[in-house]
Parts: sequence; structure tokens; C-alpha cells
Amino acid sequence: MNITNKKILITLWTLTSKEIRRFMRIWIQTLVPPAVTMSLYFVIFGSLIGPRIGEMDGFDYVQFMIPGLIMMSVITNSYANVVSSFYGVKFQKSIEELLISPMPHWAILLGFILGGVSRGVLVGIIVFCVSLIFYPEFEIVNLGLTLLVLVLTAVLFSLMGFINAIFADSFDDISVIPTFVLTPLIYLGGVFYSINILPEFWRQVSMANPMLYVVNTFREGMLGISDVSISFSLTMISIFIFIFTSLSLYLLHKGIGTRE
Amino acid sequence: MENFALEISNLRKIYSGGTEALKGISLKVKEGDFYALLGPNGAGKSSTIGIIGTLVTKTSGTVKIFNHDIDHNVSIAKSVLGVVSQELNFSQFEKVIDIVTTQAGFYGITKSVAKPKVKMMLQRLGLWDKRNDQARTLSGGYKRRLMIAKALIHEPKLLILDEPTAGVDIELRREMWDFLKEINNNGTTIILTTHYLEEAEQLCRNIGIIDHGEIVVDTSMKDLLRRLDVQGFVLDLEEPLDEAPIIDGFELRLEDSLTLVTAVSKDSSINSLFSELNKIGVNVKSMRNESNRLEELFIEMIKK
Repeated sequence: MNITNKKILITLWTLTSKEIRRFMRIWIQTLVPPAVTMSLYFVIFGSLIGPRIGEMDGFDYVQFMIPGLIMMSVITNSYANVVSSFYGVKFQKSIEELLISPMPHWAILLGFILGGVSRGVLVGIIVFCVSLIFYPEFEIVNLGLTLLVLVLTAVLFSLMGFINAIFADSFDDISVIPTFVLTPLIYLGGVFYSINILPEFWRQVSMANPMLYVVNTFREGMLGISDVSISFSLTMISIFIFIFTSLSLYLLHKGIGTRE
Repeated sequence: MENFALEISNLRKIYSGGTEALKGISLKVKEGDFYALLGPNGAGKSSTIGIIGTLVTKTSGTVKIFNHDIDHNVSIAKSVLGVVSQELNFSQFEKVIDIVTTQAGFYGITKSVAKPKVKMMLQRLGLWDKRNDQARTLSGGYKRRLMIAKALIHEPKLLILDEPTAGVDIELRREMWDFLKEINNNGTTIILTTHYLEEAEQLCRNIGIIDHGEIVVDTSMKDLLRRLDVQGFVLDLEEPLDEAPIIDGFELRLEDSLTLVTAVSKDSSINSLFSELNKIGVNVKSMRNESNRLEELFIEMIKK
């Protein structure tokens, strides 16, 4: 016997709207910084240095950068939203509100992931709007693929943020992975350059960077060019989403990091 | 057939460090009861409550809430349970009204249905005027009220309160007692843990004492108090004494020159003590109980 599906949907909506309310309430910390930072990237690398660089894979440099910078914002924001929110409820013990309630584990996980996806996608849209100031003639080549990759990426990195938060025991633990793992991989994952400009050895090394697949699949959707196979990338993103979802549900079920 | 709000059998908890917090306890709380679960710090009370609320994973044993096993019918079991934890467990940055409304949502109650319930609950607990305040700005007493409002918003049939009046002033404690009596009279089964034994004596009909992970007493409050053999009295004297008088059948000790302390057994009468004191010219100005009756029993029980 279980509570009704309608009630579960209400619990899910309650958690999701709470998560959205949380990042909207602190919009100065969550929505404005990516717009400011990306504006600076567009000014410095796009308008000032970009013309000296010339074209990258047949596109103006600023145009080439736009998909990469949007992806960078989506990755960091969806990850940051879930890791800080879930660790926050653990730290404040308000996670007990959820664990004592009849909400199933999958609904708890989905609520946090939808919160992270909402912030990631919203920030992606904001950065895209900012990019139009610097490159008004930008046109999206494949809207369907662009939106698909946008959402899948936000889901994937929200899940990673969730797992990070489960294992985190201090605020240091929630900043280690974004600073020392995510940021270097993103910067070296083809946001600012095509791996075709690298020597053969470094090109092969770059192929092991998962960010390269995310950034290039998104670039395929927006510009129609990619350094990697799109079907391979989408398959890998989907497989990792499946693995991280299963792991998160297992951790919640076992109470690792959440129950004594 | 009797209905039980809570049935625990052979419940064990061994923490990862090897500490055995619960050594196979069994306990039944009847529907509609007001039950006190007492025990010294570290006895296993919070572990028991944590397991009932699924915040702590049990090692073995079964827990049933209104006949719903927490292993097999967990969501139904949880939907009839409300828990007021010992520590504050709400987001400090949210408004009072949002915290309680969100909590209702976690139990599948829509916003429109929750709205009048939240208003009524906040008014009943004196929080309505503070509904738009951030939780972190509330005083300790109001935070405790908020914890109770949160636990009751889905109208649980079983309410567990883990030291709800810790650090709360006397006036608010009395107000909370009245409130808890009222909801118990309206049919909610209540389990209370507290260090204020007077609180348990005032409110609860049945009592369990847990010590070193084992239930050492599980009986009615009346029965437990009946076991009290001796009561201590403190007598304030009109004139100072140099030494305690010697009277047959009574042990007397002088705490200071104007204060006499005695223990009177169930078989003796305090009147005979007064008349004996009168005979030797010792006049008593006033008298009071040496300490809380339940406290004496409690100490006796956990010493065994």
C-alpha cells in the first residue's frame, strides 16, 4: 500500500517550487554573476582579442565561443545549485523534513534535479541573451538538438552535484570538485578553441575529457560543427545520467550521507 | 482488540563505531495514549525516535505505526506520524508561513487546502503575527512553536515530541502543556521524551524508562508512583537548632540550623512526626517536598 500518485506529484511540485524559489530569492548570487562574467568574456575574448584571432573552424571567434560559454554556465550553475542546496538542507538538518515525510526517494531526487535544471537552463538563456548583444546576427542551426543537449547537460551535472552533496561533510567538500575538477576540464574541453588546432598528442588527450563531448554536441546544435561524433556523445551523456541516477537512488535508499 | 499507535519489537541499533544503542527493545503504545519515554542522556531515546521517523537505520527488529510496518508500508506509516525533533530542523532563511505550507506540501496537501489549516495552526500557536518573519529572527520559544506547527500540519495520528520544552520558559512550557493535552484529548496519540520529570508526571498516563539501550520500566504513571516507598520532606523551623532531634521511626538530618530534612515511609504518618516534634518544643513554620517524586523513582530505576 502506498500514498496516491496525485499526492506524490504534489510533494514533487512542492520540493521543485521550493528549490526554484530558493535560487530566485538569491538572484543576485545565482542569476546575475553568470551574466556579468560572460559579458566580460565576450568583451575581452570576443570584441577585443577575437578580431586578432580571426576565424575558428570557419566562424567568427565570438560566434564560436557562444555555445561553449553557454555550456560552461549551464554546467557550473546546475552543479552549484544542487550541491549547495542539498548540502544546505543537510547542514541545517531541514533534510529531516523530507526524510520524515512520505515522499519517495525518487521524488526527493527528482525535486532537487529539477531545481538544478531550472537554474541551469535559465542561466543558459540569460547568457544566450547577453551573447546577442555582442553578436546580434547569431542564428541557432538545430533548435531541437540545442534544447536536448541543454537539458541533458543540466540533468547530468545536477546529478553530479547531488552525489557530491551526499558525500560532503563540510563546506570545503562542496567546493573541491567544482574548483579542481570541473573548472579545468571545462576550460580544456573546447569552450575557447577547436581541438583541431592542437598537436596530435594533445588532441588525443582531449578526447578523454568528457566536457569536450558536451560542449561540442551543443556547438553542433547551435552552429552545426563538432569535433566529435554526436550520436556517441548523446549515448555517453545518457549512459552517465542513468548511472548517476541509479547511484543517487541507491545512496538515498541506503541512507549513506543522509541517515545515521 | 486493542489498537496500538506504535508497536516496537526486538529493536536493535548498533552504530558504525560499534556502540550498541538499542539492545532489542520492545514497546507498545495504545491508540490515544499520552506516553512518556524517559531515560538519561545516551540511553537510546533519540535512537528509538530516529528509527521510528526513519532518520536512523535500524540494525534489526520491527516498528509498526498504526499497524503499518515501516519496512513494508513506509509511506503510509510516515503519513500518520508527526515528529518534533530535539534540534531545530527548518530552513532558517524562509518565512514562517512558507515553512509550514511547504511542510504540508511534503505530505501531499495542496496549497489551497493547506492555506486555512496553516492559518489556524499559526494562530493556535501564537505565530500568526510572525508569519512573514524569517525563521532565524524568531526567539527560541517561537522556534519551538514553529517545530510543533510543522509536525502537526498534516494532522498526524501519532505525534512524537523529543524534548519539546528544552530551554523554554515556564510560561510557554505551561502553554505547550495545555496545547498538548488538548490535541491528545482530541484523539492524537502522543509520545513525549523530556528531562523535566514534572512534565511527564503532569501530562502522561503511561511511562517507559529506557537505560543503556533497554526498557527498564513500562507501566502506568499511577502504578509507578505507587511504587514510591518513601517521600522526602523539608521542614522550615521557627527556632534554630544545634543538632537534629532523635525521634523513633524517623530519620532526621539538619541541613542548616533552621532546616530539617526527613524521609517518611508509606507506613508512617507525617502527623506523628509533627506531634513528636511539638513535644520537644520544635515548631515547624512550613513544609515542602524534598524533590520531585518521579525524579526519585527515576534515579532508583536507572541505578538498578
